[in-house]
Amino acid sequence: MENALLLILMIPLLGGIISLFFWKDIKIQKIIFLLSTGGLFLASINLFLSILDQGVITLQSAGWEAPFGISMVGDYLSSFMILLSSLMGLGVGIYSIGDIDRARMRFGFFPLMNFLLFSVCGAFLSGDIFNLYVWFEIMLISSFVLMALGNTKPQLEGAIKYVTINIIASVFFLAGIGMLYGLTGTLNMADLAIRVGTVSEEGLVTLAAVFFFIAFGVKSAIFPLFSWLPASYHTPPVAVTAIFAALLTKVGVYAFIRFFTLIFNHESLFLDNLLLFAAGTTMFIGVLGAAAQMEFRKILSVHIISQIGYLIMGIAIGTKMALVGTIYFLVHIIIVKSNLFLISGVVKRIKGSFELKKLGGVYAGYPFLAVLFAISAFSLAGFPPFTGFWAKFALVKAGLVQEMFFIVLVALATGFLTLYSMTKIWNEVFWKKEEKKGDEQNSEGKEKPAGLLLMMGPIVALTIISLALGIYAEPVFRFAEMTAEQLLNPDIYINGVLGLER
Amino acid sequence: MEDVLPFLIGGLYAGGIYLVLHKSFVKLIIGLIILGYASNLMLFTISRITRGAPALVPEGATSLVEPFADPLPQALVLTAIVIGFGIQAFAIVLIKVGYRIVKTDNLDELNSTDRLDD
Repeated sequence: MENALLLILMIPLLGGIISLFFWKDIKIQKIIFLLSTGGLFLASINLFLSILDQGVITLQSAGWEAPFGISMVGDYLSSFMILLSSLMGLGVGIYSIGDIDRARMRFGFFPLMNFLLFSVCGAFLSGDIFNLYVWFEIMLISSFVLMALGNTKPQLEGAIKYVTINIIASVFFLAGIGMLYGLTGTLNMADLAIRVGTVSEEGLVTLAAVFFFIAFGVKSAIFPLFSWLPASYHTPPVAVTAIFAALLTKVGVYAFIRFFTLIFNHESLFLDNLLLFAAGTTMFIGVLGAAAQMEFRKILSVHIISQIGYLIMGIAIGTKMALVGTIYFLVHIIIVKSNLFLISGVVKRIKGSFELKKLGGVYAGYPFLAVLFAISAFSLAGFPPFTGFWAKFALVKAGLVQEMFFIVLVALATGFLTLYSMTKIWNEVFWKKEEKKGDEQNSEGKEKPAGLLLMMGPIVALTIISLALGIYAEPVFRFAEMTAEQLLNPDIYINGVLGLER
Repeated sequence: MEDVLPFLIGGLYAGGIYLVLHKSFVKLIIGLIILGYASNLMLFTISRITRGAPALVPEGATSLVEPFADPLPQALVLTAIVIGFGIQAFAIVLIKVGYRIVKTDNLDELNSTDRLDD
């Protein structure tokens, strides 16, 4: 059973290392990359099924027993996140073969993607806070290089800001780990969950929680800490942005869920209010920022911030229904948002621009692409029966049950503004007639560039998956309910790791 | 030592933040490095410093006798230093390439990706 966990880590690691041996041969790197992401997807299905069977799977590395060694823990939430990440890794991976230029491929794009997936899966599985820090650092360094790969001017500008803010976040993370260790004398998450409750200095625990809040807040781009995201996310190639949008901020949200349901779950009004404030401001300011932009990819990337707000809202409310909403929202946003990025890449390939002003007439020329965009955009705005509707429905209902009317109001207003920013893209890119007649001939001539098929495949597949998840929402909801139950009963996790019956 | 180190750590944090707030690339990097030192030292200090008492079980005994130096924070600091070193090396190369391509070392001029294009 533990091998299911090991496989998840070994496949991308070996894929990355082996492809480093073929540094000069891009063709072999491509094959290795497809094999490893495909293998990772299969392994994550395997892990998901065995965790559905067992509840919690723990791997004590090198056989050191739980509070002393480093544990790798798979529960419902982490296995589900790994399943989604590997699905996105496979989809964006296929897309990137058509999208990424040769120069970037020659400088190690494929090994870096493998290491990124490796670190993200590791972060989901880690059961030890210092180990989590190490995974975060591996993830950061892979994403730094992916962000800067290509050395264009906007990329370097974005990368400098991204690197700086994330290094500062790591400093906070490390300080928080130090504090928790000083207070409790343990690093194992399950052990911490028991011991944090017994610490007498409650103020210091809250302080440590705030340090983690800042560290994860930077990674997941919540309200006062998101400034690196609009500065950098739209600069690298579309495939890189899509995989970042799918994985990086979500790892931050995952860490939020893990820490604030397992370790800092002891009633603290201050922390709850902090999370709620962050959720409201993040979603509203994020969507305002998106509505102001006039560039396809910038609208989408600033809009990520607003959706992080919804995810944090579920954590802040903290009831079972709210966590169900957050988990369903994670599914929704990971698939739909990355899919929109991928579509923007195809539009760029066809029309040669991301600027809304210069684009137009995509609906007339490529109605199929327009339909794909419309499905994802409607889903993002929260129309039934797409995934976005169910996700927001669960969150809003949870808010109403808890009588938190203000945050519900903000969430609904944000939904309307999301619709506005999506219709803006729709009008400008797809509906509006293309202005310049002369250029049309040229773009017709450039039609069907190499690799477009590879780019469309994942988009169609992801759209079908998101449609299926929206129409057959019930099984997903039932699974999300099981996950939320497991999160709200930390004893399941603790017993799974420490192996004691309490 | 335990009385001195907190002040040193505080000073390092303050100096690091001060340098990060500057406009120059080089000061930014030095600031980040100093912030890293501050966190590493804090991790090292926070679980109490014990001198001359390695965490070795004496002959004949079955467990450690108090007081002993906790080896875990030292291992953590070592790991953190190595990771930090790697990241700082990358950051230095990044700002060097950035300086060559963007042709400025003033952080205030790095605003083209933030601007609304209209």
